[in-house]
Amino acid sequence: MDFSLTEIQSMLADSVEKFISNDYDFETRQKYASSEAGYSEEVWQTFADLGWTAVSLSEDDGGFDGGPVETMILMQQFGRGLVVEPYLANIILAAGILRRSATELQKTKWLHPVVSGELQAALAFVEPQSRYDIANIKTTAKADGDDWVLNGAKGVVLNGGNAGLLIIPARTAGDSTSPDGITLFAVGRMSDGVSVNAYPTVDGLQAAEISLDNVKVGGDAVLGEVGNAYATLEATIDEATLAICAEAVGIMQSLTDKTVEYSRNRIQFGVPIGSFQALQHRMVDMLTACEQSYSLMLWATLENADGGDDAKRAVSALKYQIGTAGKLVGEEAVQIHGAMGVTWDLDVAHMFKRLTAIGQSFGNADWHLDKLAS
Amino acid sequence: MHLTFTEQELEFRDEVRAFLRDELPDDIAQKQAQGIQLERNDFVRFQKALHAKGWAGVNWPVEYGGTGWSSIQQYIFATEMANADTPFIIPFGLGMVGPVIYTFGNDAQKKRFLPDILESNVWWCQGYSEPNAGSDLASLKTKADLNGDHYIVNGTKTWTTLGQYADWIFCLVRTNSDVARRQEGISFLLIDMSTPGVTVTPIITIEGDHEVNEIHFDNVKVPVDNLVGEEGEGWKYGKVLLQHERAGTAGVARTNYRLQRLREQAGRSIRGAAPLVEDRNFMRKLAATEVEVKALEFTELRTLAAVSSGNAPGPESSILKMKGTELQQATDALYVEAAGYYALPYVPDQYVLNFPDDKRVGDGAETTTSLRYFNFRKASIYGGSNEIQKNIIAKHVLGL
Repeated sequence: MDFSLTEIQSMLADSVEKFISNDYDFETRQKYASSEAGYSEEVWQTFADLGWTAVSLSEDDGGFDGGPVETMILMQQFGRGLVVEPYLANIILAAGILRRSATELQKTKWLHPVVSGELQAALAFVEPQSRYDIANIKTTAKADGDDWVLNGAKGVVLNGGNAGLLIIPARTAGDSTSPDGITLFAVGRMSDGVSVNAYPTVDGLQAAEISLDNVKVGGDAVLGEVGNAYATLEATIDEATLAICAEAVGIMQSLTDKTVEYSRNRIQFGVPIGSFQALQHRMVDMLTACEQSYSLMLWATLENADGGDDAKRAVSALKYQIGTAGKLVGEEAVQIHGAMGVTWDLDVAHMFKRLTAIGQSFGNADWHLDKLAS
Repeated sequence: MHLTFTEQELEFRDEVRAFLRDELPDDIAQKQAQGIQLERNDFVRFQKALHAKGWAGVNWPVEYGGTGWSSIQQYIFATEMANADTPFIIPFGLGMVGPVIYTFGNDAQKKRFLPDILESNVWWCQGYSEPNAGSDLASLKTKADLNGDHYIVNGTKTWTTLGQYADWIFCLVRTNSDVARRQEGISFLLIDMSTPGVTVTPIITIEGDHEVNEIHFDNVKVPVDNLVGEEGEGWKYGKVLLQHERAGTAGVARTNYRLQRLREQAGRSIRGAAPLVEDRNFMRKLAATEVEVKALEFTELRTLAAVSSGNAPGPESSILKMKGTELQQATDALYVEAAGYYALPYVPDQYVLNFPDDKRVGDGAETTTSLRYFNFRKASIYGGSNEIQKNIIAKHVLGL
């Protein structure tokens, strides 16, 4: 067993940590979040130029042959900086599907432009009725000669408003909750019949409601095998779950640090509030929640990096842990900051909101505990 | 002891129910039903309708124009208000400064201020907290120096809820710094917000609303006539008011109402292959919260009974405040859970009038669930944080 990073991983960790410390303070983040696109195109290009968008690609695809550990390193720091650039949507979700199932031609057309930063993409894996079940898909795709015709509605599609490429899981067979009969389609945002209602989300990111009304695509839009996309979809969502959990760990550590710091400096009753035992014990609970989450993150990430037998259980265990510990740390950080903690101008409030959104995404704590219990 | 209402109490309940059904302005009821934000004037019109019926001063004595209701009547009224999903009664005038004025003010002040409070002609706000005096309120530094027949007020108050609407502010100010205990030398002063030197700066809260403000006082001249009670005794008056505030923030009837609605929504939830009501994990948490709210409902009834037998709410109001806000927050968290991914969209403009239909997101008020959850983290902070409530209970109830 070895928890140390390789030389390349250490360099990656140093470079992203420096970027967050030097170039991504809270005010900068707020400026990007409130811009028209909701993120900085310049920063996104920097991520691509530094190779961060290619860490999980194979060397054949022009990447670094990395995996869950490299993603963990990046996402933890993105959490610390509360980064709004759409790494999860483009790289983990959309490119995650493309690198697993696209043909060489499709990779040239879509994967490489996404990774190089030229093309924005989104994976529309949620439907209004699906809640957390990724097999619950009512959107249909019907064969029409060599073409396919798509109809349905997708909800809360991360990066959906900015994406030129939409990856749409649709049902080509089976009933509406069956893992069998799901097919993935690459659909251009400008295709006839695609309508996009874009909006920001409470955590400062961007999403959209998307409806598909007789959208016609060619056979070359099918990613992977017809009717057999569930495994690809599931593997991609598991990887995304690990990624946002690492992001959450970065946020929780940052919130704990900030809360301890605040308690040292905030004077009430003539003393720092951090001198009160009632608050000290609660900050110890926050720290413990962070440490436990960090530990579980390492286990789950390594289990998945090594393709261990417990890989799927580890994802659920980690997401359950992050759901409960994230709520505790977020709520306590706000409470100990007092009224300051519920103001828009304080980073703590936005970190709490992002933790809440993470808790609601890719299955909440109950959803994953159920998986572990059954 | 018995649980059922008497015939008179049932008649009273029916009267309240009929009034709220018939007299609550239709457009306000509609806004409430659709989750649309109320404006200043909506609150005023609602309170004026209550006043027209003689029901504005819910817990006020009859001699000052109040209802003189028994504790059970007050409980029934609060429950019916919650069940009719009426607007809140804005507490600063009717719930806070009114009782202080009729308890500690002089006759001239009663005559001058109480009628406008009852009629909601004047909007009040609260000037207690300061940037460096939050939980430690007694460390407040806003100064009022006597100069002939005026005080000259300088300082900053903060977290002033809806101060942007206010005509008047009631403040705790320091009139004497040379005191043995910091709670001494504090006075209770009423200040007209239109006085030169008063400025209001918005503070945007976590969910993006303008709800609270900082109020700055720069050499503000306040007539000595606006001092309530005796100089230097303000802490005592302020504490009585805070106990009223704490008893009022439990919000049991509203939480009860929200839990009932959530149970109904869970039965017809459109998120998931089966309605949420079939999710045992969720329903067990909902049921556990309902049990706690039922217990608090009876704790509140016991407190109301004590108050109506002539006692001001005592330290037990701290238990109500603490537990009541915890249960509000637990209920908010359940709503967020129920909404799943649809707690994420941030489209607050769809809850003001005339929003285009094709831009709407989510089912009904679903996307407000997270905004309310974020905003109501304030509940365990305001009115004396729940940590302070525990200190009060430890000291005054347990005698530690």
